[in-house]
Amino acid sequence: MSAEPTSGRISLTARRKRYGERTVLAVLWLCAAVSVFTTVGIVGVLFFEAFQLFRIPGVSIVEFFTDSAWRPFTDPSSDLFRIGVWPLLNSTLLITAIALLVAVPLGLGSAVYLSEYASPRVRKTVKPALEVLAGVPTVVLGFFALTFMTPLLRSVFGTDVVPIFNAASAGIVVGILIVPTIASISEDAMSAVPRALREGAYGLGASRRHVALRVVFPAALSGIVSAVILGFGRAIGETLIVSLAAGNLPPGDLPALNPFQQVQTMTAYIVQAVGGESPRGSVTFQSIFAVGALLFVVTFAINIVAQRIVRRFREEY
Amino acid sequence: MATTTQERRVTPVHDLRSSRRRAVTEQMTRAVLLIATALSVIVLATLLIDILRDGAGRLSLDFLTSYVSRFPEETGIRAGLTGTLSLMALVALMTFPIGVAGAMYLEEFAPDNRFTRLLEANINNLAGVPSVIYGLLGLSVFVYILGFGRSLLSGALTLTLLVLPVIIVAAREALRSVPREIRDGGLALGATPLQVAARQTLPAAMPGILTGMILSLSRAIGETAPILVAGAIAFRRADNEPWYPLEAYTAIPIHIFDFVKRPQQEFQIEVASAAIIVLLALLLLMNSGAIVLRNRYSRNR
Repeated sequence: MSAEPTSGRISLTARRKRYGERTVLAVLWLCAAVSVFTTVGIVGVLFFEAFQLFRIPGVSIVEFFTDSAWRPFTDPSSDLFRIGVWPLLNSTLLITAIALLVAVPLGLGSAVYLSEYASPRVRKTVKPALEVLAGVPTVVLGFFALTFMTPLLRSVFGTDVVPIFNAASAGIVVGILIVPTIASISEDAMSAVPRALREGAYGLGASRRHVALRVVFPAALSGIVSAVILGFGRAIGETLIVSLAAGNLPPGDLPALNPFQQVQTMTAYIVQAVGGESPRGSVTFQSIFAVGALLFVVTFAINIVAQRIVRRFREEY
Repeated sequence: MATTTQERRVTPVHDLRSSRRRAVTEQMTRAVLLIATALSVIVLATLLIDILRDGAGRLSLDFLTSYVSRFPEETGIRAGLTGTLSLMALVALMTFPIGVAGAMYLEEFAPDNRFTRLLEANINNLAGVPSVIYGLLGLSVFVYILGFGRSLLSGALTLTLLVLPVIIVAAREALRSVPREIRDGGLALGATPLQVAARQTLPAAMPGILTGMILSLSRAIGETAPILVAGAIAFRRADNEPWYPLEAYTAIPIHIFDFVKRPQQEFQIEVASAAIIVLLALLLLMNSGAIVLRNRYSRNR
């Protein structure tokens, strides 16, 4: 009963080297690693091209971060040329703030309703509708902002108050865009709160409203906060709605807080500048990447914060 | 003072006694939440009705087969339609093998080490990168550094990088749902892990993978920002049939963007709506295909 074949030529434990399989595995590994190459590519390209902007005579990186006017389409040697990114950043934050004002109440309201109040039948109709809304291409929502929301705002507040291109219309529609994101992630977080917590509260005589708002909502807070932050990140990177409805005029007076003014977000600038098909090496071409690099850093930081919050404050049941 | 805090603490009991007031606040909360939920659905319905009403009259076979024109009554979206279909084919051709292979590696073979965790975190982070950033990557790398120019290939490669993380996540889920016993059975019969993965696990997961694939593709063809930045033609007349990867191209979303930006009312409203109907119909077709596939699959299991 010796288990070890000491002298036999056929071994059940020894492995044949399968070079073909190793090659295939290497190819599979390479395919998985494409995502890492993508990230490295994005970071490398954005910063390399952005750096080229500041090598052009007359363009300074200090001005980029400190100046309060954005007029990049003139010759860098002229007096009119100003390349401070604040007007674009201000516009982006204004639109994002309007979007969150719309999306947070609607998204969280929907999440609480779907998780705590709705009958299974209502849930089965509303959730797919939210998914469809999330799947509508943003260019269609841009059309909706310009041809439906803007005339609506103009008829309510008056055409002398609301110009055709304005931050409010774009901001509201960006808000509608991120409602499904906020609603579905928060709903998941609330549904994950254990039944025992709800039943304990009901047993103590709490009403449904108390259970929803004072027991389930706080228990799911980490998920809800990260949902809002993810929505925030999506709103900052939104491109088509803002370039169609918010206009292409960087605000002159900072801080620009009036929702009924024409603005130009970072993403809208990228689209506008790309449309001219300026050659590589020109101020316009390189400035697209400088603005893109800033946008990337901001969204990346937001996503990291969201992940941290989920990890740090997650309640273990 | 002491009594007031005492009273405040027993509010729930107080509520229990005056059950009528409690019922009113309950109903009001429910109503407010219901309105918040209904608003999104109402907006979606308004959007669809608005588009159908404005665009349906402009739809015809001619609209699909003629090129863009200065005159709203003659214009069509032929270049965009062929462009979108070619983009879809190219993106599918590139994402399918890479996505499936990447998912298979991560799900079946990846050792549990630092690099694997980095890969997974990376795939999750890529989902949060705005799509316009992918356009910048494509503009620099594909259009200029690799010299593909403002061509269909540059656009397709850009969209491929954009949807690849989504496809990998979907394919991994499909692979994960294949029962352990199928793998164990294969291994017990002496097959190598790679043989099991290729001949047992992958075929069993294929319907799920295809469903995820179609859904990701439908996301890709609705995207405007990446291809707009990576060189799709928006403002010029695109006359050529973009069947060849190195030629200039346009796509339906780019047409919509262009129409909405034109000053004439007919373009901005009617023609744009008609183009949107075509795009949404295409998306609907793909999504129902995915649902049919998923249903058939779950019935067979």
